[in-house]
Formats: sequence, structure tokens, C-alpha cells
Amino acid sequence: MALIYPQESLKAHPSYLSPDYVGTRIRSPKRPLVIIPHTLSELTGPVYGHESVAETDADLTIQHEGEPLGERIIVHGHVMDEDGRPLPNTLIEIWQCNSAGRYIHVVDQHPAPLDPNFSGAGRCVTNGDGYYKFITVKPGPYPWRNHPNAWRPAHIHLSLFGPSFLSRLVTQMYFPGDPLFPFDPIFNSVTDERARERMISTFDLEATQPEWALAFRFNIVLRGREQTFFEDPHHG
Amino acid sequence: MAEHEITPSQTVGPFFAYALTPTAYDFAALVSNNLLTDDAVGQAIRVEGTIYDGQGLPVPDAMVEIWQADGQGRFAGNDTAPLPNGAFKGFGRSECDKLGQYGFATVKPGPVPGPDGRQQAPHINVGIFARGIVRRLFTRIYFEDEAANGSDPILSLVPEELRPTLIARRTGDRDGAPIYAFDIYLQGELETVFFEA
Ligand SMILES: [Fe+3]
Repeated sequence: MALIYPQESLKAHPSYLSPDYVGTRIRSPKRPLVIIPHTLSELTGPVYGHESVAETDADLTIQHEGEPLGERIIVHGHVMDEDGRPLPNTLIEIWQCNSAGRYIHVVDQHPAPLDPNFSGAGRCVTNGDGYYKFITVKPGPYPWRNHPNAWRPAHIHLSLFGPSFLSRLVTQMYFPGDPLFPFDPIFNSVTDERARERMISTFDLEATQPEWALAFRFNIVLRGREQTFFEDPHHG
Repeated sequence: MAEHEITPSQTVGPFFAYALTPTAYDFAALVSNNLLTDDAVGQAIRVEGTIYDGQGLPVPDAMVEIWQADGQGRFAGNDTAPLPNGAFKGFGRSECDKLGQYGFATVKPGPVPGPDGRQQAPHINVGIFARGIVRRLFTRIYFEDEAANGSDPILSLVPEELRPTLIARRTGDRDGAPIYAFDIYLQGELETVFFEA
């Protein structure tokens, strides 16, 4: 089934220049973007299926000899298109800091401890229902130098493919009720409040595993929907 | 009105490498900057360049993704009948090094169909991610030695004086493969043309 990708939906994204996020000031284009029609190059995309991903890649708590420190959590949900139809066989890659707020990345020099039992990278492929599930630990908030006393709300980075070059998405998942939301220029680079809420996971008591792990649900909607018969394909 | 609204984009941040381009980390890379499989059809080439920010400084923490057809203009995984060159993915990732340089080993893509039945000149779709980039930047690499550039339906939408920002220059050879140089300027006088699609 061929999908169409109305440009209207892109309004949910932040503007390249989001001045409160200082890094955007010298890394955002100043000239207007050139709007182009969708050709085969945009309507196709890379395919990475189950054969590329190890079964254990989705459990970030078993990648080392011991168990990582922190709250064990399940992060799960459905990936779907703009019609709400499941997107099966979609690659999701995630990365995050440890429970103390430290990334294993060599450039992260935040004086919080590394955890020898936690790397923080994982990936999986959605099943036939578009469902995915990771097991990890809750990441901590961490400081950065954007403005005086800047701290990022706890988050997990996600990278998704979906059916085409146009559905590619890199985003961040946040946790409900974080007191740092009002102060974070990255979270607030998304200016529409309802759109921001779509980046916040919900606590999922049902999916919690008693005496083992808390659970958060995060559904992800990628660009793309079915064309309805009355739409002009060139102006859809 | 769509039933479900899309999840907004967020920056890839500065710390993606150990998951997305983990060459220096103990995690198996899923995607690399070498697209050359045994069955890749087309002329082997190198595509490389430097990314610069609005102050003219190299960007050492960006990730570049490419998506392209093979030498016969076929996209992997998207035809109803599987391609005979099934190992060729047409997709690659390169992280920038300390000097802001990225690079790919790939094949020169063939022409692919465009809108209204017009052919598109050989090109590579490019996505750029980095700290300070809140949403993937999308541009295209064309090749200076392709006469078809003159009638390409996408290039023709770009103001003529800006088209050179989308054209890779042939600068030499390495291991028998032509090198195409394509520098990317995120902002400023030489700013690369970026697309919205
Ligand atoms: Fe982060």
C-alpha cells in the first residue's frame, strides 16, 4: 500500500532556528527551504529487518556481566502511521545515559559515575502489530551548558525508519511529570503544547511486572497516510 | 484531517555515536559508511566532504545518512520482485571526525524516474543530524559530470545561482575509485540548499 506524506503534518516539528537552544543559532539554515515533490527517491527507504538485529539487543540490562544500577523499566508501545495503522518491521534504535545521568560517549565528562554494567544502546524491530518493547533502566537528568544551571529532563533518544525516506524520525521520549519540562529548550523547541505531550510517555501500571520492573508506554506516529480518492496527488 | 498526529522530531544530540555509528564502541554497527557489497551494481566511487557551521567552523559531531539507487537506478527492498543484488542496501551512515569530515564508499547511482515521467539525474538523498539540528536536514548530492543535471526536475526548482551547492566535484581517485567532494554549509554565504518534502 503506497502512502502519501502531506507536508501539513510537518508543522509539529520544531523550527530549525529555535534560539533558546543555543546550538541551533549557527547550525540552522537561513535561506528558505526549497519545497520539492515526492519522487521515488523520497518514497522509498532502507529496509532493516529482524535478520539485522540480535534478539538480545532490546534488553539493555543484560549486555554486561552484572545488572545495571537504577530503576528497571519496560518501555513499550506501538509504531503507527497517521491513519493509526500499525507499522510492522520498523527498526527502532535507542540510546540513553545511565541512572546517574552519564553517557558512555567519550565526550560526556559530566562528573557522575559510569556504570560498568550499562552501555545504554539498544535496538529492535516492530512485530506484525507495530509493537516494540525494550527493557532498560530509567535514565537520570544531566546538566549541559546551554544556559546557567541547565539540566535536561530525563529522556531516551529514539531513531526510527518507517516505510520511506520521508518517514525517518529521530526524537526523544520523556517521562511523565518531569519538573524540568518548563526549563528545557530542547523539549520546548516543539512549540505546540499538544505536540510536546506526544513526546511524553505514560506510566503503564498494567504492564508493570510485580517485584521486577515499572513500565512506560510510548506510542510513536510516523509520517504517512493512505491517499483518499478525492485528493490531487500533486497537492495532497 | 489525519486521525493520529505525528511524533515531533528532536535533536540527535551530541552522544549518539555509541548507538548509531558505534565504530569506536563495543556495539555491532548495523549501518556503515561502506555501501559496497559484492553484488553492488555500478561504478565504485567515494563521496566525501566537510560540514561547516554558520561561523565557518567544521562540525565534528554530525551524522550523515545517504539513500540512493544502484548503478541501474534501482532502489533496494522496494520493488515487488526482489532485486538480484539483494545485499546492496543503498543506505549508509557516516559520522564526522574531529575535522568535520564524513565519507562514503558506494556506487554511482543511475538515473531514476521523477515526477510526470521525467527522468531525474543521478543523485543521492542526504540526511544530516547533529546537536543543534532539531530536525533532519535534507539535501541532495548531484555529480558534476552528468549532462542530465541540466534537465533534472528537482534541480530546476532551485534558484540557478544556488545549484552549485548541490553538485559534487570530481577531485581525483583513490584505490581506482573516483572521489567526489561535497562540502555542506549549514549556514552562511555558501549555505547548501536544503529541501522540504
Ligand atoms: Fe540526551
